[in-house]
Amino acid sequence: MARKITFQQAVNEALAQEMERDETVVLMGEDIAGGTGGEGEMDAWGGPLGITKGLYSKFGDRVMDTPISESAFVGAAVGAATAGLRPVVELMFIDFMGVCFDQMFNQAAKFRYMFGGKAETPVVVRTMFGAGLRAAAQHSQCLYPVFTHIPGLKVVVPATPYDVKGLLIQSIRDNDPVIFCEHKMLYTLEGEVPEEPYTIPFGEANITREGGDVTIVTLGRMVHIANEAATNLAKDGIECEVIDLRTTSPMDQDSILESVESTGRLVVLDEATPRCNIATDISALVCQEAFDALKAPIRMVTAPHVPVPFNDTLEDLYIPDAAKVETAVRAVMEHRQ
Amino acid sequence: MSKPAAFDIPYTRFLDPEGRAIVPVPAFAQDASALIPDYRAMVLTRTYDAKAIALQRTGRLGTYASCLGQEAVSVGFGSVMQPGDVLLPTYREPGAQLLHGVTLVEMFLCWGGDERGHDFAGPREDFPVCIPVATQAPHATGVALAFKLRGEARAVVCCFGDGATSKGDIYEALNLAGVWQLPVLFMITNNQWAISVPREAQTATATLAQKAFAAGIPAEQVDGNDLIAMRHAAGQALEKARAGGGPHVIEALTYRLGDHTTADDATRYRDDESVSRHWKEEPIARLRRYLADAGVWSKGDEEALIAACAKEVDAAAETYLATPPEPPEAMFDHLYATLPPSLAKQRAALIEEAAALIAEAKGNG
Repeated sequence: MARKITFQQAVNEALAQEMERDETVVLMGEDIAGGTGGEGEMDAWGGPLGITKGLYSKFGDRVMDTPISESAFVGAAVGAATAGLRPVVELMFIDFMGVCFDQMFNQAAKFRYMFGGKAETPVVVRTMFGAGLRAAAQHSQCLYPVFTHIPGLKVVVPATPYDVKGLLIQSIRDNDPVIFCEHKMLYTLEGEVPEEPYTIPFGEANITREGGDVTIVTLGRMVHIANEAATNLAKDGIECEVIDLRTTSPMDQDSILESVESTGRLVVLDEATPRCNIATDISALVCQEAFDALKAPIRMVTAPHVPVPFNDTLEDLYIPDAAKVETAVRAVMEHRQ
Repeated sequence: MSKPAAFDIPYTRFLDPEGRAIVPVPAFAQDASALIPDYRAMVLTRTYDAKAIALQRTGRLGTYASCLGQEAVSVGFGSVMQPGDVLLPTYREPGAQLLHGVTLVEMFLCWGGDERGHDFAGPREDFPVCIPVATQAPHATGVALAFKLRGEARAVVCCFGDGATSKGDIYEALNLAGVWQLPVLFMITNNQWAISVPREAQTATATLAQKAFAAGIPAEQVDGNDLIAMRHAAGQALEKARAGGGPHVIEALTYRLGDHTTADDATRYRDDESVSRHWKEEPIARLRRYLADAGVWSKGDEEALIAACAKEVDAAAETYLATPPEPPEAMFDHLYATLPPSLAKQRAALIEEAAALIAEAKGNG
């Protein structure tokens, strides 16, 4: 059996292993070295959650603390990627995309296309997202649907320590710009992770649980909520198939459609706010491609269409939980045509 | 009272508008005939520019941004760039692009709406023209970072205009280049106009160059209509950058003699008198007088050059006009390294749809 490490350690290990393997891999971000140039820099603490801890000690100048200047360092990473480096940028919170989005959607995403195929832009933007840390409305959003909307970007939303390592290594080796979204509530999650480097291909969903009654498509932290709900429902004889998308761009449409063809029922669970999110995208896909297979209307379980509340009771109410998923599953099971 | 910091901005001009050296010219210009290649490049640039406008006016080119009057800026720094340097141009720097190896055909293709014109056969690492304002400045710092980390003696030239200096990306890129001491020349082409907004409505600062000081970068102003001054200043800045001396900012003072683009009509917002005044300072006539006074340029040379430039530009335009458009499915190409399956399906469907349309058109024809 593989050893168990946390999601956070798996991210750190993926970065370290790729930096060892390939000297063009460099890290850039705010506070990622943790005191570069100051006292105690060799005991780098590695950002607000310590994700990059110890990497400055190992790799020195290849781990770069940047000024608080997201547009500059994301843009610089994009530029450096065209010049032979493989930068991995840390955007501390996905919510900060607002000040550097141009560099991601209008620049990184368009380079290969607008340069007539000349430019490779192997840049990874690692960024922390999601509610649950009492971080309020400006530090808690699930903005991966925004990136998914943009052709030219790849969007990764890992759910487990095993996946985060394999998907991050894949992202670093990939020759397209990747937005790598890490749910902040998953960092302490433990799981089995092989010590050696490995990759997980993009666009291949992970079926975390098989079942013939209802398909639940989900991603990120919500995979665990879906599995919890599925376990509870199984006690009542309802068998759910849980599909963890792993990547929203590219997206494994075939696995979704195959599952819905078999179960005839779909619940989509997405922590993002409900307008134009992954749940609506998948609902539209299934309506267009597998409508005849549906025995019941699709149900979407998402956050309400409001900012993430600061108050802890309200925040807990905001985040989709297993009970909400179970209600949705029972509703599609009980639907009479 | 102490004075923790003081800044000054030198201004360089060697040739006055009549083409007379007002101070001793630098070593590279002492033999005036050494400037002839730059003069040729300026005339070629202007010939290309005029052709591009003519093509646009006759519906054979997209919206085009003229560089009329700014040729000395672009040729000045372009002529001191080395092959290993990387250029990130705006839309008014064809002179530097040509000198760095971009072809006239590629430039016509670019303005003709064909991204194959951005896939330069020559300078593979040069960026295509950046149409969004200032977004290329962070990229320039990234390219320079790659050079610095690899210990390469190469420099980056990042071009932008007076209007761009108001944008956050410029401040952020300057700050990053300053703090990391990156080998970038930030080349501000101050042509006095951001579409219809004059320089004085853009910023309250006395110069644009001084914006560099907030980032700890040395800066200077140059007469951008004086080829010798441009070449001198840019040459020194690039040598310094390649040697590890860090970034530099040059504000080239010039004037946009033409419209903002072919979609603009500058007569609506500026008077003929001021434009006429600036015509008296334009860079090509200035250098021509200097060369003629030095006895290295004759009327015959001029006539031969104009004919040669016209022939070269016309030939490039013909090649551009004869280039078949890309097939419909090209819209899917170069999106990703490998097209994901769902997009491959869309691509196949588009080919089918296009084939049906072509067949239908033939049937109707």
